[in-house]
Amino acid sequence: MIDVDVLVIGAGVTGSSIARELSRYEARVLVVDKASDVCEGTSKANSGIAHSGFDAKPGTNKAKYNVLGSKMMKALSEELDFSYRQNGSLVLAFDKDDIGKLEELKERGEENGVEGVVILSREEVLKMEPALSDNVVAALYAPTGGIVCPFGLTIAMAENAAVNGVEFSLDTEVIQISKKDSMFEVKTNKETYMAKALVNAAGVYADKFHNMLCDDKIKITARKGEYCLYDKKVGSTVNATIFQVPGAYGKGILVTPTVHGNLLIGPTADDIEDKEGVNTTAAGLSKVTSTGALSLKSVPSKSVITSFAGLRAHCDKGDFIVGESSVEGFFEAAGIESPGLTAAPAIGAEIANQVSKKLGLKAKENFVSRRKNIVNMATASNEVKKEMIEKNPLYANVICRCELVTEGEIVDSINRPLGARTLDGVKRRTRAGMGRCQAGFCSPKTVEILARELGVSETTITKHGEGSEFLSEHKSN
Amino acid sequence: MKTKIAIIGGGPAGLAAAIAAKDAGVEDVLVIERDKVLGGILNQCIHNGFGLHTFKEELTGPEYASRFIEMAKERNVETLLNTIVIDISSDKVITAMSADKGLFTIEAESIVLAMGCRERPRGALNTPGYRPAGIYSAGTAQRFVNIEGKMPGHEVVILGSGDIGLIMARRMTLEGAKVKAVAELMPYSGGLKRNIVQCLDDFGIPLKLSTTVVDIAGKDRVESVTLAKVDEKMQPIPGTEEVIKCDTLLLSCGLLPENELSSQMGVDLSPITSGPRVNESLETSIEGVYAAGNVLHVHDLVDYVSKEASEAGRHAAMYVLGGKIGPENDETINLETGNGVRYTVPCTVRKGHVEDLLTVRFRVGNVYKNCAIVVYLGEREIMRRKKQICAPGEMEQVILKKADILAMKAGETIKIAIEEA
Repeated sequence: MIDVDVLVIGAGVTGSSIARELSRYEARVLVVDKASDVCEGTSKANSGIAHSGFDAKPGTNKAKYNVLGSKMMKALSEELDFSYRQNGSLVLAFDKDDIGKLEELKERGEENGVEGVVILSREEVLKMEPALSDNVVAALYAPTGGIVCPFGLTIAMAENAAVNGVEFSLDTEVIQISKKDSMFEVKTNKETYMAKALVNAAGVYADKFHNMLCDDKIKITARKGEYCLYDKKVGSTVNATIFQVPGAYGKGILVTPTVHGNLLIGPTADDIEDKEGVNTTAAGLSKVTSTGALSLKSVPSKSVITSFAGLRAHCDKGDFIVGESSVEGFFEAAGIESPGLTAAPAIGAEIANQVSKKLGLKAKENFVSRRKNIVNMATASNEVKKEMIEKNPLYANVICRCELVTEGEIVDSINRPLGARTLDGVKRRTRAGMGRCQAGFCSPKTVEILARELGVSETTITKHGEGSEFLSEHKSN
Repeated sequence: MKTKIAIIGGGPAGLAAAIAAKDAGVEDVLVIERDKVLGGILNQCIHNGFGLHTFKEELTGPEYASRFIEMAKERNVETLLNTIVIDISSDKVITAMSADKGLFTIEAESIVLAMGCRERPRGALNTPGYRPAGIYSAGTAQRFVNIEGKMPGHEVVILGSGDIGLIMARRMTLEGAKVKAVAELMPYSGGLKRNIVQCLDDFGIPLKLSTTVVDIAGKDRVESVTLAKVDEKMQPIPGTEEVIKCDTLLLSCGLLPENELSSQMGVDLSPITSGPRVNESLETSIEGVYAAGNVLHVHDLVDYVSKEASEAGRHAAMYVLGGKIGPENDETINLETGNGVRYTVPCTVRKGHVEDLLTVRFRVGNVYKNCAIVVYLGEREIMRRKKQICAPGEMEQVILKKADILAMKAGETIKIAIEEA
C-alpha cells in the first residue's frame, strides 16, 4: 500500500496537463497509465489542431475550455518548447444554404470570445488558399486557429511534471477504485495506492472509473477517426486548417498542414464498440480521400505516407465533464473529445486549482516552469548543428534519413526525464521513423540504440509495450 | 575542402563511378558514404548471383562489393565514411556532417549522384488494419537477419514479389521461418524469373498473383493478414478473402530512387522513374552533375549499375578535365516512349556529344509475349528485335549507333516501342 496525495489516472494530454499544473504545489502526485508511455491513446492520434473556439456551443464546458486553452497555447509552447503555429482556420461553404451556417458559426465565435472571425467571399478565400476547390462559395476565417504537435504538447507537460516531482507509473492498469472513509483505494496490476484525491483523466475509459464511484452513470463511446498523412513535399498544399461546414458528427473531415510540414486529411467519425479499435478500414480511408477531395482541387493521393486511426472519447452527456464529481475528492476530466487537445492546458489548470483548494496544498517555491525540448538537428541552424556536434559527435550520426534525426537526439530522448522506452516513444519524441519511409531504414539502428542505452537485449525492445516485441531469437529446428 | 569530383554514395554505383573517373585521369575523386563501410546495400545481400556479367562468375553481394572496394583502393580513391550529405547547392557546394569533421562543406567541380534507392513503405500502399509490430520492409528484415543476426518473426507473409521479397522468402525459410505465401497485386511478378524459380518454387512457397493484403490484425504484434484477389482495376474482389495466421508481414512493393538531395539542389526529376532526367552523358539538368545506378532508375542487376555508373564517372572526368566538350548550341534529340515503354534513360541526346555507341535502358509497363522491341529514328525503323517475353521486372536495353543518330533530321525523335513480333 502506497500513500499519495493525488493519483491521476491517465497520462494523455489531459492527465499530463493536470499533472503539470499539480506539480506547482507541494504534494505527492502520481500518474498511472496502462500504456508503456505517456501519450499512447487519443492524444497520439488526432488532428493536432489548436481550435480557436467558434464551433462549440456557447455556455458549454467545451466552449469555455477551448477558448481558454487556445489563448494559453502560444505562451505555453514557448515555456515548454513544443511546436505550435497559429495558421488560421477556414470553414468552407459549398452552397448558398451553407452561408447561413457560417453566419451562425461567426455569431457563436463572437459569443465564445473568439477574436477576429470574419466571413470571406469566394474570391478572397481562393486568393488566400489557391489549392481549394473551385466549388467553394464562401468561408469563415478564424485567424486564431492554430496547429500543435499533439505528442510534443503531451510529452512536454508530462516531462515538466516529472522534473517537478510528479511520479509516473506506466504499464500500470487500474483494476478497481473505491472510497474508504476520506481516502481512495486504487488497486492496480502492480501496487495498491491510497490517495487523498483521485483524478479521472482516462480518456475512452473514463466512464469505467466514473461508474465505479458515482451513482449518476455515464457512457463514453469510442468514436473512431481515420486519417491519411501525406509527404512533406505536398505539405504546403494549404496554409490554414480547412474545415467543411460541420455536420452532426464532430467537425467533419479537415485538411491541414501539420507543424512538422506534412499534410493531414481526416478524421472520419464512426462509433465503435472496441475501445482499442485503432485499426483503419478500407471504407474509412476511402471516405477520408473522397471527403477531403471536396475541399481541394485535387488530393495528392500518391503522396500518402501512412494512415492511422484515433478514438475520441465521446460522452453521452454531450459536453466535457470537468471538476469535482458527486463524490467528494474525486475529480474528473471526462468525455474529452475534440477540442480536448486545445482545452487540455485550461482543463489542467482548473482541476489542479480545485484539487489544491480541496487538499489545502501550498505552492512550491522551486517550481521549474520552463523545459527545453530535444534539439532538432533537421531544423537547427548550421551554427547550432556545429555546436552540437562539437559537444557530442553523436549529433553527426544520422539515424533517420527522412527526418534527419541523429543518434544524439535519440539518446537524449531515452535518457531525459520520463524518457522513451519503445520505438514509438523514440518516434514521438524525435520524429525518427515518422518520415516518408516510415522507419524502414532506421528501426534496426533505433532498436540497437534503445537496447544499448537501456542496458537490455534487443529482443526485449518493443514497438509500443509488452506484446509488441520487434524481434525474436532464432528458433532451433 | 575542395575536390574535382564528389560522388555521393559509396555503394556499387558510387564505387564504379569513382574507379572510372580515376581511370580517366582525374586525380581528385572523393566518395562520401554515410555508412561506416563502403558497398552499400550489397553488404546485406549475402546470396549469390552477382557479377555474372562483370566478372563472369557468381559472387555474393559482399564479394562483389569487395572487388570494387579493392579497385577503388588500388586507385587511391579518397573516401569519407560515416559522413552524411545534408545539402547540395546548385553551384555544387556540398554540406555534410560527420563525428570527426563536424559540419563542413566540400566544393566540387563535378558531382555524381549515386545515393541508390529505398523501399516503398507500407504507408504508401495505404493498407487498412492495425499498426502492430511485425511489419517490415523486406530490406529491413534482410538487414536484421543477415547483419544483426536477429529474426523479425517466424510465420511470414510477404506482400509484393519484387526481387528483395523473393530473396527474403528463401532467406527466412532457410533461417527456420515458415513463409506462408507471397502475394502480388499485379497479374505478374515484378521480380526476375530466376528468383521466382530459385526462391519460391524450389521451396514450395505459393505465389499468389492479382492478390493483395486487405486487412492486418493484431494490436501489439501481427496476428494475421487477410489476402484478397483484385480485379483489373486493382480493387479487392469481395468474397475472395483469405485469412492467413502469421506474426510477420514483409513488404516488397517496389523501390523508389532516393532523390531528396537532387531535388533540393534543383535537378529535374522524371515523374515516371522518380530519378533525374539525364542526357546521353548521364548528366542531369544541372551542368556537371551526373547520376547513375538506382538513384537514376531502379535496376535489377548490380552489373548494370556498375556499367552505367562507370559511364557517369567517365563523363564527369571528361567534364572536369576538358571543360565543356562538344559544340555550343548542340542540337538536342528527345527520346520518346512508344507503346508499352514506361521510360527511357537517357531522356535526351545531344547530337554533338554522342559517342560511337549509345546505350538506352528502359522498362516496359506490362507483360508482352512474342513481341518485338522496335526503335524508330524519326519515321525510320532502324531496329526490330524479337523477344519471347518482355516483363516490367526485367530492364531492357538497346544500343544505337552514332552514324544513325547523326543522320537524324532536326525535330525528329528517337522512339522505342513494343510491337507485335
